[in-house]
Amino acid sequence: MNSLIEFFSFSDPNVTIVVLGSVLLGASAAIVGCFTFLRKRALVGDAVAHAILPGVCVAFMLSGQKSPLILLTGAVISGWISLLAMDYIVNRTKLKADTAIGLVLTVFFGLGIMLLTAIQHSGSAGQAGLDKFLFGKAASMSRQDVMVFGTTALILLILVLVFFKEFKLVAFDPDYARSAGLPVRSLEFLLATITVLAVAVGIQAVGVVLMAALLITPASAARFWTDDIRMMVFLSAVFGVLSGIFGSYISYIAPAMPTGPWIVVLLSILAFGSVFFAPRQGILARLRLQRGNTRKMLAENILKTFYALGEKEGSFLRPRNTDALLQQRAFRPNTLKRGLRRLQRRNLLKKVSDGKWRLTEAGFEESSQIVRRHRLWELYLNKRLSLAADHVHNDAEAIEHILTPEVEAQLERDLGYPILDPHESKIPPGRSQK
Amino acid sequence: MQTALEVHNLTVSYNRRPVLWDIDFELPEGKLIGIIGPNGSGKTTLLKSIMGLIPLSSGYVQLFGQSLEEVRHRVSYVPQRESVDWDFPTNVLDVALMGRYRRSNLFRRLSGADRRIAREALEKVGMLEFAGRQISQLSGGQQQRVFIARSLAQQADLYLMDEPFAGVDAASEQAILTLLSEMKQQGKTVIIVHHDLQTASRFFDHMVLLNTRLVSAGPTKEVLTTQHLQQAYGGQLTILSQVADIIQDRDFPVREKQFQDKP
Repeated sequence: MNSLIEFFSFSDPNVTIVVLGSVLLGASAAIVGCFTFLRKRALVGDAVAHAILPGVCVAFMLSGQKSPLILLTGAVISGWISLLAMDYIVNRTKLKADTAIGLVLTVFFGLGIMLLTAIQHSGSAGQAGLDKFLFGKAASMSRQDVMVFGTTALILLILVLVFFKEFKLVAFDPDYARSAGLPVRSLEFLLATITVLAVAVGIQAVGVVLMAALLITPASAARFWTDDIRMMVFLSAVFGVLSGIFGSYISYIAPAMPTGPWIVVLLSILAFGSVFFAPRQGILARLRLQRGNTRKMLAENILKTFYALGEKEGSFLRPRNTDALLQQRAFRPNTLKRGLRRLQRRNLLKKVSDGKWRLTEAGFEESSQIVRRHRLWELYLNKRLSLAADHVHNDAEAIEHILTPEVEAQLERDLGYPILDPHESKIPPGRSQK
Repeated sequence: MQTALEVHNLTVSYNRRPVLWDIDFELPEGKLIGIIGPNGSGKTTLLKSIMGLIPLSSGYVQLFGQSLEEVRHRVSYVPQRESVDWDFPTNVLDVALMGRYRRSNLFRRLSGADRRIAREALEKVGMLEFAGRQISQLSGGQQQRVFIARSLAQQADLYLMDEPFAGVDAASEQAILTLLSEMKQQGKTVIIVHHDLQTASRFFDHMVLLNTRLVSAGPTKEVLTTQHLQQAYGGQLTILSQVADIIQDRDFPVREKQFQDKP
């Protein structure tokens, strides 16, 4: 608890620098990454991140120092060359995009590792720490580092804000943008440069190997929560910031823990959480929806069975025992019991005595609506899809649960307010007709 | 009658293989014009070449007697519906507003007038009530109408639409047809890539019949003859595709430098 207060009071200037750095890098990568994600260029981002390594090494070999500005320049140049190389391979050879990405990633990264090894064995002064580019060095960022990378991150943010609507269109429909006379080539160039820059500063925090996570994971997590691109970019930034703060915190309380990988782990947890818990699109929401559907189908099938028995005997409200229901329709006995109890709670059924149930008035009304939808659909299949009368039943068994009142009304109009279904059974009247 | 579009000796290659050969026609203003031809006959390629989206191997295109660059604001393009990802996180109004993006408002926010124009465009295609809806929740026909609204918001004089009737429900088809006849009455020119021969004669005043080469262009009655249809739908010309194969294999240019067509 003490460490928590210590950390978040930012009394330690070192903490302030590391947190500020991680937050800025995380947020800018997350925001730029939204466009990489929406343009379906996630792997290109990964390749660019790896391709930055040789640029950093060459910049160091030429200048002999680790000034962040010089290394950043080297990084951006080699990142750009890798983008051009991928474009060239796709446009000028028979190789496809996936091969081009794989080739560029491995060739550049291999070259980078080679140079890095050479530098480390050259014994040159000040080379120590260059290997941090592999996995990041968030925890040992200097004030100068944060100044340079922070400024870069800020410029990225402003560019994205200024060109937001154009970037959106270029990501959604570049051909149309070109047809409207927008400078799509320049915008794409700008977007690519921004991505390379975000990657180049981002590797300070998490390193070349994990950079793609910083770029893509926040965007893909954010996509689960919203259908609005503005909200998505905002959430993505929030995820980037949160993981930056807590990644630094974890490596603060446990100094043996590396900051960069922790940031990535936290991002992954956020992403998994989104996959599971997001409303509507999350796995859990899907499961809940499916369970709801199963229950609705069971309830409607039970009510329909009461109706069928009633129709046979000319009395809808007479009590039925479970055996009669099971004879009419093959329910699993336990499932049937659960369904009956749920219908009782909804006041659609009444328990008369042990194992004997009857429809309430409301229950009868409900059951006749289901039968009505079933028969309307059978008639529609028979009339409009020319399906034989003895082939329509199984289809209608499923669709009866799906039809909304609007579709039902359309069906009725389309069929000319019919009275009989294809089997000459009476179609019960709708609620509005009473 | 004024000429809305002139396509002059246009040859277009894909992967160095010519897919359109020496296409040459003129189309009048104020008509509904169909571009018709079998699958793979180059209809979409022709539309994209007119809009400057694909490099031309030879020839040129003029709109209202000028180059595309000069009259860009008078021309609007509706791409194929399948050309974009409809899962993109945006809503109907936002897509219609894209019709208001142009060079002159690059850094700026859209104005109230832009919003009004976009809403009017949605109203015209009967999609205003869906303005706030996420685009992935639309039916195919509704998506198509949103694309057309985006194009209407450009307030152009010449519209090029790629398969606006493909995979569209009857209600959307009717809405689009009504809109097209309104546009014609206002003197707009609409050029439409269309795949269905059955409806073509009913929809269009003018036609361009294609099959990698031009078969016929002109008023619908003159174009839709049995002879023309046989030429267009009887397969591609064997000699032409053999020559195209050689051009692709040997990497030959389709034009020598001193024989370029110029407006």
